[in-house]
Amino acid sequence: MTRNGPIALIFHSLVVLFMLAPLAIVCLVAFTPENTLSLPTRGLSLRWFEAVFRHPDFVQSFWNSLWLALLSATLAVVLAVPAALAITRWEFRGRGFLNALFLSPLIIPHLVLGVAMLRLFALVGATGSFGWLVAAHIVIVTPYVMRLLIAAITGFDRSVEQAAYSLGASEATVFRRVTLPMILPGVTGGWLIAFINSFDELTMSIFITSPSTVTLPVRMYMYATESIDPMMAAVSAIIVGITAVAVLLLDRVYGLDRILVGQH
Amino acid sequence: MSFLELQDITKSYGTLNAVSDVTLSVEKGEFVSLLGPSGCGKTTTLQMIAGFVEPTSGTIRLDGRDITHAKANSRGLGIVFQSYALFPHMTVFDNVCFGLEMQRVPKGERRPRVEEALELVHLAAYAGRYPRELSGGQRQRVALARAIVIRPPVLLLDEPLSNLDAKLREAMQFELRDIQRKVGTTTVMVTHDQAEAFSISDRVVVMESGRITQIDQPYRIYEHPETEFISRFVGKTNLLPGTVQAVNDRAATVSLGGVPVEIDAGALVRGDTVTLCIRPEKLRLTGSGLGRLPGRVAERYFLGSQWLYHIDGPLGTLMAVTPNDGSAPLDTGEPVGLDWTPSVVRVHRGRLAEAPDPTLEAH
Amino acid sequence: MSAAPARLPTPLILSAPAALLFGALILTPLVLTALLSFNEFEHATGRTHGFTVAHYASVLSDSYYLEIFLRTFRVAALATAICVVIGVPEAYILSRMRNPWRSVFLLVVLAPLLVSVVVRAFGWSMLLGPEGPVNAALMALGFGRMRLLYSEGTVIVALVHVMLPFMVIPVWTSLQKLDPAVEQAALSFGASRATAIVRVVAPQILPGILSGSLIVFGLSASAFAIPGLLGGRRLKMVATIVYDQYLSDLNWPMGAAVAVLLLAANLIVMLTYHRVVEGHYRRRLG
Repeated sequence: MTRNGPIALIFHSLVVLFMLAPLAIVCLVAFTPENTLSLPTRGLSLRWFEAVFRHPDFVQSFWNSLWLALLSATLAVVLAVPAALAITRWEFRGRGFLNALFLSPLIIPHLVLGVAMLRLFALVGATGSFGWLVAAHIVIVTPYVMRLLIAAITGFDRSVEQAAYSLGASEATVFRRVTLPMILPGVTGGWLIAFINSFDELTMSIFITSPSTVTLPVRMYMYATESIDPMMAAVSAIIVGITAVAVLLLDRVYGLDRILVGQH
Repeated sequence: MSFLELQDITKSYGTLNAVSDVTLSVEKGEFVSLLGPSGCGKTTTLQMIAGFVEPTSGTIRLDGRDITHAKANSRGLGIVFQSYALFPHMTVFDNVCFGLEMQRVPKGERRPRVEEALELVHLAAYAGRYPRELSGGQRQRVALARAIVIRPPVLLLDEPLSNLDAKLREAMQFELRDIQRKVGTTTVMVTHDQAEAFSISDRVVVMESGRITQIDQPYRIYEHPETEFISRFVGKTNLLPGTVQAVNDRAATVSLGGVPVEIDAGALVRGDTVTLCIRPEKLRLTGSGLGRLPGRVAERYFLGSQWLYHIDGPLGTLMAVTPNDGSAPLDTGEPVGLDWTPSVVRVHRGRLAEAPDPTLEAH
Repeated sequence: MSAAPARLPTPLILSAPAALLFGALILTPLVLTALLSFNEFEHATGRTHGFTVAHYASVLSDSYYLEIFLRTFRVAALATAICVVIGVPEAYILSRMRNPWRSVFLLVVLAPLLVSVVVRAFGWSMLLGPEGPVNAALMALGFGRMRLLYSEGTVIVALVHVMLPFMVIPVWTSLQKLDPAVEQAALSFGASRATAIVRVVAPQILPGILSGSLIVFGLSASAFAIPGLLGGRRLKMVATIVYDQYLSDLNWPMGAAVAVLLLAANLIVMLTYHRVVEGHYRRRLG
C-alpha cells in the first residue's frame, strides 16, 4: 500500500505527541526532587514515591482497588461465561432482552449508575459495604467480558464439539476439554480488560464508596480537588506503570488491537 | 439384515420437511455416497445417523440395534467433518488419542493404536504438530485418522474433500477408498460432487428435495438415470422434448419439433409426451450429409482430453464430446452430421418444465 | 438442534445468575432513582416523600440549570467535532502504515484509553498550569502567561484526549473492512487521490464516523472527572451538578431528576442511532 505523505506524517506526530504528553509529564514530574509540581531539572528523586508508600490512605486505597478489581473481574468472568453461552447458543424468549441488559452498562452513564446504586444501597442499608461495591463493579465490567466471549463463541466451529461428542465425550468433558480451551483467549482477555476497567473506575465508585472502601481513583480525585503536590504525580506514575504491564499482558494473550477494535 | 438401516426417516422443521421417508440399507463394509445439490437433505440425513439431529419419525438400526434416539456420544461412530473440526489446542497425536481416551482404552494400548492410525494416513512424522501447522490435505488425514482409530462400526464422511484444491481432491479420493478397503469400515459419505461419489462408492444414493430418487451403482446411475433431474445433475446431457408419433414392435418414432427420430420402443403409446436424453459423448460427429441429423459447429471448447462442441441443427443446439485423438479439431461453421445408436437414448415421460440454469445446479 | 424442547430451560439456568445480578443492580436502582426524582424534598429535615414534578419543572425552567445543560451540550458537541477532525484522518493514516509501525502507533493512540481518567486529567492540569510547559512555550514566544486552567477550552482539550480512541476505533474498524482495491479502482479510473477519498473512501467509513461521534458525544455529555478536575468550581457541567446535589446539597430528588434527564437524553441518542443509521447502512454496506 502507498505510504503516507509528509503532511500526513507531521499530523500523525502531533496526534501522538498530544496523546502521550499528559502521561509523559506525569511520569517525569513524579521524579522531581522539588516540593512543587515541576519537571526534575535538578536530578531525579524517588522521595515522592516514598511519600506515597508512607501515606496510609493511598496504601489502603491501593489495596482496596486491587482486591476490588481482582474480585469483580473474576466473578464477572464466572457469571459471563454461562450467560454468553446461553445467548449465543440458544434461541429462547427473552434472549434479546437479556443481551441488551448485559450490555446496558455500556450506554448508561456511570454517573447515573452511581446515583442509582447509591439510592439502592441507602435503602437496603448497604452503604459502605465492600461486598456491594464488588457487586456494582461486576455489573459495570461484565459487558466487556460478555463482548469478547460472545465474539469468541460466535466464531467457534460447532463441529469441533460435535467431533468430541462423536468420539464418546460427555457434555461436561466436551466443555472442559474442548469448549473452554478454545474460548480461553476470550476469557483471559475479558478478565484483563475487566480488571483494568474496575481498577480505573471513578465516576460510579465516588458515589458508593465509604471512607474504609475508598478506591485509588476516588482517593486521587478527592486529593486532587484539595491540594496538588508531586505525590499525585507519583501515584499517577504508579498507575501508568501498572496499566502498562496490564496492556502488555493483554497484548500477549489476546492482541490489544483485537480487544479495543473489537469493541465497536 | 443389513448392517446400517434407515427406515422411513423423516425430519421436519415446522411445516418444512428437510428429509422425507428416507429408507436405506447399507451392507457391512460397503461404501455408500449420498449425492445431491445443497439443501437436498443429505447432510441432515448424515447428522441423523451421527445423532446430532433427532429424526421426527422413522427408525435407524445399527447391527440390529435401534439407535434412533441414542445420544451422539454413545453411538461410537467415526465422523470426518467438512471443516475437519480438529481440536486446535491439541497436537495431532492428542487429537487422534482423544477418542481412545473417551472410550477408556487402557493407557498402554493407546500409543500403538494412534501410531498405527497415523501410519495409515502417512502422518506418523507429524504427531507432535498442531493442526494450524498442517496443510489442508494433512488436516484432512488427521481428521480421518481420528475417526478410524476408535474402530467405529460406521464411518461418516461429510463432504470430506470439498475444502481441498482440485488436484489434491482427486488424489485423496483414491487414498480414501484405499484406506477404507484396508480397514474395511462401512462408510457413508455425503457429497455434492458427482465425480467424487462415482469414483469411490460401491453405491450412490441420489437425493432431491429431501427424498431419495435413485439408489444404484455409479455407472448405472450415469447410464440409466431414473429422472430428468438425475440426468441433468449427473454429468452433462442433451434434453430433447417431443411427442411419440408411431410405435411398432421394435422401435418408436418420436417427433422432436417436426423432426422424426427413431428410438427403442419401451412401453410407449402414440401421442405420449416424452423427453429424450442423449449424453454428449454418445453423439458421433460424422461427415456432412451422413448420420441421422445435419448440423453445423457453432462453438468448440478444448477440455484437454476431449473436445466439447456445440452443434446447431434442426433440434436446436446440442452438445457433443469427442475424444482428443491428436488430430485437428473441427472448425466453427463447419457442416457435420450427427449420429447415435438408438439404444443410448434414454426416454423420460413428460416434458421439461423449463431449461435449468446450469449455474444454479453446480452445487 | 439447539431448540429441542426438552432443553429449553438450559439457557435460562445458564444466564440466571447474571440476570439476577443485573436485575438487582441495574433495573431496580434505576427504577428507584426514577421514583426518587418525583419525591418532594424538605430542605430543613432532608426527608423525601410525596409526589411532585417540581424538580423537573425547575431543571427545565431555571436559567441556572438551562445554562449548565446548554454548556454541557456545547462542550460535548465541540469535543465531538474536534474528535472527528483529528480522529478520522489519524485512523486513515494509521491504516496506511506498514507493520510494525502500524501496531505500535495503534497501541500508542489507543492504550491511553486504559489509563485512569484521573491521571490524564491531572496530566493536563500540569501541562496547562501556570508553570506548565505550554505556558512556558507561550512566554518564550512572547505571548505572556495565560490563564488556561478552569476554562471551557481546557475541558474540551482534555475531553478530546480521553475520547479520541473512541473515535479512532470505529473508523479504524470500517477502514479495515474496506477493500484497498476499491480505492485503487477509483484511482485507475483517473480519479485524483482527494476525489478517491471523498467519493469512495469517505462514504464507506461514514457509519464508523457516525458511530464514533455518538459514543464520544454521549460519554462527553456525561463526563464527570474532566470537568470536575479541570473545570474548577465555577464551570459546572451536568455530571458535576448531579454530584453536588447528591454529596453537597444532599438534595437527592433534584440530583435524581437531572440524572434521569441525562440518561433519557443518552438513550434517545443511542437508540435513534440504532434505528435509523445502522438499519440504513447495514443494508447498503452489509
